[in-house]
Amino acid sequence: MDANATTPLLPEVLEAMRPYWMEQFGNASSIHQQGQTARTAVDRARETLAEFFNCREAEVVFNSGGTEGDNTAIFGLLRPGDHFITTSIEHSAVLRAADRVAERGVEVTFVAPLANGLIDPEEIRRAMRPETRLISTMLANNETGVLQPVEEIGRIAAEAGAFFHIDAVQGAGKVAFDVRRFGCHLLSISAHKIHGPKGVGALYVRRGTPVEPLLVGGSHERRQRAGTENVPGIVGLGKAVELATASLEDGTLERIAALRDRLEAGILAIPGTGVNGAGAPRTANTTNIRFEQVEGEALVIALDLKGVAVSGGSACHSGSTEPSHVLMAMGLDKNAARASLRFSLLRTAAEADVDHALRVVPQAVEHLRALSPVVAGTAG
Amino acid sequence: MTENMTIAVAMSGGVDSSTVAAMLARDGDGASESRNAGDSQNAVVGLTLQLWDQTRLAGKHGIPDAPKAGRCCSIDDVYDARRVAEQLGIPYYVVNQEERFERDVVRPFVDEYLSGRTPIPCSLCNDHIKFDQLLQTARSIGAERIATGHYAVNEYDPARKRWILKRPADLAKDQTYFLFGLTQEQLAHTLFPLGRLTKPEVRAIARQHGLRLAEKPDSQEICFIPGGDYKQFITAYLEEQGEATPDTAGELVAASGEVIGRHEGISKFTVGQRKGLGVASPTPLYVLNIDPASHRVTVGADAELSTQTLRARRLNWISIPELTGTMRVRAKIRHRHEPAWATLEPASAGEVIATFDEPQRAVTPGQSAVFYDGDEVVGGGWIY
Repeated sequence: MDANATTPLLPEVLEAMRPYWMEQFGNASSIHQQGQTARTAVDRARETLAEFFNCREAEVVFNSGGTEGDNTAIFGLLRPGDHFITTSIEHSAVLRAADRVAERGVEVTFVAPLANGLIDPEEIRRAMRPETRLISTMLANNETGVLQPVEEIGRIAAEAGAFFHIDAVQGAGKVAFDVRRFGCHLLSISAHKIHGPKGVGALYVRRGTPVEPLLVGGSHERRQRAGTENVPGIVGLGKAVELATASLEDGTLERIAALRDRLEAGILAIPGTGVNGAGAPRTANTTNIRFEQVEGEALVIALDLKGVAVSGGSACHSGSTEPSHVLMAMGLDKNAARASLRFSLLRTAAEADVDHALRVVPQAVEHLRALSPVVAGTAG
Repeated sequence: MTENMTIAVAMSGGVDSSTVAAMLARDGDGASESRNAGDSQNAVVGLTLQLWDQTRLAGKHGIPDAPKAGRCCSIDDVYDARRVAEQLGIPYYVVNQEERFERDVVRPFVDEYLSGRTPIPCSLCNDHIKFDQLLQTARSIGAERIATGHYAVNEYDPARKRWILKRPADLAKDQTYFLFGLTQEQLAHTLFPLGRLTKPEVRAIARQHGLRLAEKPDSQEICFIPGGDYKQFITAYLEEQGEATPDTAGELVAASGEVIGRHEGISKFTVGQRKGLGVASPTPLYVLNIDPASHRVTVGADAELSTQTLRARRLNWISIPELTGTMRVRAKIRHRHEPAWATLEPASAGEVIATFDEPQRAVTPGQSAVFYDGDEVVGGGWIY
């Protein structure tokens, strides 16, 4: 139940990629037929992505994933003296890049969310300055699933003539994309969050957006991203996007939302629990639940040992967890943030998965609470 | 005794705790081969405590930039522990205890030095983190026992109805000095599988299990102080906390009371210290006493360093429920001290006086005194 961390390849994706490892191994830049086969495969994936984003094919840049897309938008547009607006609930791929440009003379404003995890567009408007060059917000928060009002933020950017980047890594396959409706100039996605391969993603770059590439070298991707194309990865991304698009329309989302709601209701039957982000629009697959008087890290381990994989907080360098910066930005204190876990369902989740979780979670919580003087002990 | 239960192994990424994990995990394998199907076996879970971010003070006040491996919480050690767990096929997790560690170990360590005492962070860590918080975490995740790579023997004596802590087979690796604070409850839930092995035997077992780190050197220094210079650490830590380093400069005096110089701060001294006193003398001078109130540091000859008695408080008794009268023991007053014969007697509430048969060098406030009856740890306390 940790689909927001990553997802497995779907068999169709693996099948689509299969020829491009050994038989069709060409370099998409080569003139010969092997090269042309690879080029065609990349171009077909680009068509799929363009349709998915509702943009021109020339506006799709393949890259290594969400971090690269986020970094490209920020480093590629901002120069000393510029003003940059983002939010305090972004992924670290945005937050750390923001810190970096701040060190280099860019003024950065981090807008805090409301208590329910939503960014108030009026706060963005208030933060605007004449020299604001870029606004970057996420479409769906990875920890709470809260869907952000990107269209309104896009209008604010347009009125002021600022560029707008959306980190849509967690939104892909969960809400329909339309970069024109969103009003964004840039939008990042990653394949492995939608049952595609790891290490590949795409950045939408609206025509005419003066983004300086992070990687220079060959003339790949219309000189926007040098480096030999990851042909099997790009093919896999294309297939994953195709399947994600279908799942938006075939009732999958409603099915997952029903499962999530049943899981959430079942867990909320445990006393001393609550949903972080309650009341805000959320992605269908995610719920973030606070368990009072429980050490979240121990609960994650206890659940994992019982076959329920969930996450709490953000992983630090060693693999232990820090309290979630997202939840703390929403106003939770450290202990409450530590006591919160994210359950995120795969598109392929079944009733039995929820049944199992609902057998295991209440037991584990009860066991931990019976043992632990915890929260009082660690306050300080 | 260890059958059919879940054991959490505290894994540091070193050879000792890795070998413990291997012994317990393979124990389980053996059980499954030799018994009928349906018999359950030990389940082993590896846990590493994330205690201190080694990059936190790196590069400040002379602290090395890149911490070496072989210290708690270096990423390399976590990597090693994870590799061992993967090789053994046991679940493995890193548990963040940085806040507890800072509050219960690092801060008291700094405060002790600033008060003119010489602290032992390892004992504080054992008492507050490893055998308290770790045990708590282990029980939370369904483990009945924790196992560590300490060299000590822990067994239940039905006659006394007490858990007894004993010195290990390898006396050179004896860690009972750092374990005197364990309660009966903690001992009842703890396994020390290396207690009857020598270090070379442990390395041999590690090699038999194909552990890549069988030859990894032992860690020696205080784990959160890369470079080993505690004075640099205290300065850098206080600066990070936005606290001024308290001015504890004062007089350097001879045992006679004669002022023979000045010093820059009491935290730079420890009882028995010879180097870095900053005064010239025809005969070697040693720190005899540090007075935290007046900041006065008394120095004198080696012979003056010895004392006949010590007082200890914050006591913990292991082999006995309580000290009710006098008792003959051997007392150990620092990690590398050969235990010396002494007579214990209860003092005022919660304190004990140990009178040595022969005067002992450098009885140091802040260190612990651990009392032995033969191989058994009777108990111990903190010297003040």
